[in-house]
Amino acid sequence: MQATSDKRWFKRLGRSFSQVPLLGWLLGALVAVALEQIGGLSLAWAVGLPKIPVLFGFLMALKKPLLVPSALLYVVLIYVLPIGVIARVSASPLNRLAGKLFSSSLVISVVIHLGLLYATLHVWAGISDYRLLVLKLALIAILLTLSLNVVNGYMGEFSCSHPGFMALGAYGASICTVVLFVDDKLFGSALLPAAIGPFFFPLALILGGLLAAVGALAVAIPSFRTRGDYLAIISLAFMFIVKSMIENLEIVGGPRGLSSQPDWANLPTVFLWTVAGIWIINNFVRSTIGKALNAVRDNEMAADAMTVNTRRTKFIAFCFAAFWAGIAGGLFAHVLRYVNPSTFGIQKLAEVLAMVYFGGLNSVYGSIVGALGISLLGEALRPLEIFKWIIIPLLLILVMIYRPTGLIAFREFDVVKLLQSKQHSEKGV
Amino acid sequence: MAVFLQNLINALQWGSFYALIALGYSMVYSILMLFNFAHGDIFMVGAYIGFGVSTALVALTAMGAFALPNWLILVLTILFSMFLTSFVGMIVERVGYRPLRDAPRASAAITGLMIGIILETGNLALLGAQRISFPPLIRTATYDLGGVYVTNKKIMIVVVSLGLALALHQFIRRTRWGMAIRAMAFDYVVVPLMGVPLNKMAALTFGLGSALAAAAGILFGVAYPVLDPYMGILIGWKAFVAAILGGRGSILGATLAGFLMGFIEIFVAMVFPSTLRDLIAYSIILLILVFRPHGFFGEPYSARLRL
Repeated sequence: MQATSDKRWFKRLGRSFSQVPLLGWLLGALVAVALEQIGGLSLAWAVGLPKIPVLFGFLMALKKPLLVPSALLYVVLIYVLPIGVIARVSASPLNRLAGKLFSSSLVISVVIHLGLLYATLHVWAGISDYRLLVLKLALIAILLTLSLNVVNGYMGEFSCSHPGFMALGAYGASICTVVLFVDDKLFGSALLPAAIGPFFFPLALILGGLLAAVGALAVAIPSFRTRGDYLAIISLAFMFIVKSMIENLEIVGGPRGLSSQPDWANLPTVFLWTVAGIWIINNFVRSTIGKALNAVRDNEMAADAMTVNTRRTKFIAFCFAAFWAGIAGGLFAHVLRYVNPSTFGIQKLAEVLAMVYFGGLNSVYGSIVGALGISLLGEALRPLEIFKWIIIPLLLILVMIYRPTGLIAFREFDVVKLLQSKQHSEKGV
Repeated sequence: MAVFLQNLINALQWGSFYALIALGYSMVYSILMLFNFAHGDIFMVGAYIGFGVSTALVALTAMGAFALPNWLILVLTILFSMFLTSFVGMIVERVGYRPLRDAPRASAAITGLMIGIILETGNLALLGAQRISFPPLIRTATYDLGGVYVTNKKIMIVVVSLGLALALHQFIRRTRWGMAIRAMAFDYVVVPLMGVPLNKMAALTFGLGSALAAAAGILFGVAYPVLDPYMGILIGWKAFVAAILGGRGSILGATLAGFLMGFIEIFVAMVFPSTLRDLIAYSIILLILVFRPHGFFGEPYSARLRL
């Protein structure tokens, strides 16, 4: 009796929250992080924590297990309670607002949502530099995972070359910015004034991406004749070749790496590039070419018979994916302000593959969840030191056994469904 | 000429490691159409098990429990460790591959990779980060053959690995189990319907492959006595490349490609600066695969390849 009423209570809670539009959640999150900014430190002291917990209390709780109740209390008071209350209370006015925005102009609606999201992230990351770095790297991981998903998920190949593409992008963009704008002992003094640098930065990133796309030809052309394991080896060989080539190029620093990139990859830049990447890749996979990718994956010969130009499809897919991996690499290099060829090895490959297959194949949501999940989990479990590398692989094995295609596979990313007013949709049904 | 012959001998030695490991990849592939990505780390585990067994045997001999000559200790170590490591391989199959029989192939590749990471980290957590050196069981004797120096270890490594490859070949040709493996490699959908248990055969191939990897690990430990938890990564990936280069599921191809891999690496390092070794070796492999996309002895693109 008790159990059923409990369940009913839970269900009712779920139903009442299902009417909250995305706008409501974002507003709640913004208020929560603003509260943390204003009163987080005093609250942390009040519940007995030495400082504001950086990653939702994970790091503190794992370092000192006695602090678990306080960290939990903090998370509930700062995040769960404000978000829940505001989302619920503001649901009906915000639903009306979301509906109005949605029906007037999709663009304005999208911009407002993104603005709220960015404001939330900005305030959240403003607490500490560590948060900022974790956030930037997680956003870059999203870009990288999505681009790998285009090849491995949508086209069904097993490509291992993404660290190589990333390295090409990272070095391409870094060389551009360092040669032109930085006084460096490797390349001499700056050629252009640093003031126009930030405007040039997107161009440098795109150049890096194009370099990666050209490099992708080395994998795309063999892919016309072979696929499956042999293509996996070709891409793996490509990755090793890129890494080894950079190690041997003394002009870009060789195995010591390349440093002193200018600090232009701030949060708005990374955020904008990630959003643009998600938008463009989502449109790409939903376009005719995206459907052709799925056709090539499911049956290449049948696709060929149905007038899909399989060569052109593979070619475009590889170059497109490599381009975005190159952009991610360029951002990565400018966030860390140091790159080193050994970063782009087997370790990186395992990391990216884990993100793609954890999140889900053939799905933009899946890539976002996978990239955020693995990179935040990797940071949150840091106090466990090497046991982190037992827990994360175990988790991934379990996911693979129970959901072999990943957590959220084969789901379309539908902006319209995401933004519309939730009450409206319920009435419609 | 002497330099050439010297490098030839070194290449034979390196090739033996690659060939033994590549055989394990190839065996598993012939039955399941999947690669065991934890295989490089099974090689590492095999080397560590060999270290444990040989240390125990040496200690027992020193305590006077029984008197064994050193060469017998080495033989016993190899046999024991092959036996023990084959169970590691079977566990990997049971945990990471059997639950994923019907899943996409890439998922099994991911579980294999992750098991590999767990083996590395588990080793690091159990034994700590310091490197362990393999007990010196046989004394190095160097023979001078007209300017070419050959050590007894090198001869032993090449002979033992060729012998093991030959033994595997005979096992597959002559025994009932071997016949079942061949049948399964021919068609893994119909043959189980004829009463050949797929799960047992998969475990058998994992066990056999891991036993060979353990032998390679111990031979590696004899030649280069320093063991560390990450030693399996690079050598494992290269052996994987060799297995593909040989053609999928081909025992002969894997052995030959393993030796070829050794030759390419050693001779590239002979002619060019050794930092260019990986670059040139992988470029050669890329070229081979571009012009011969199915490896040396592999069948061309077949419909039964499930993707």
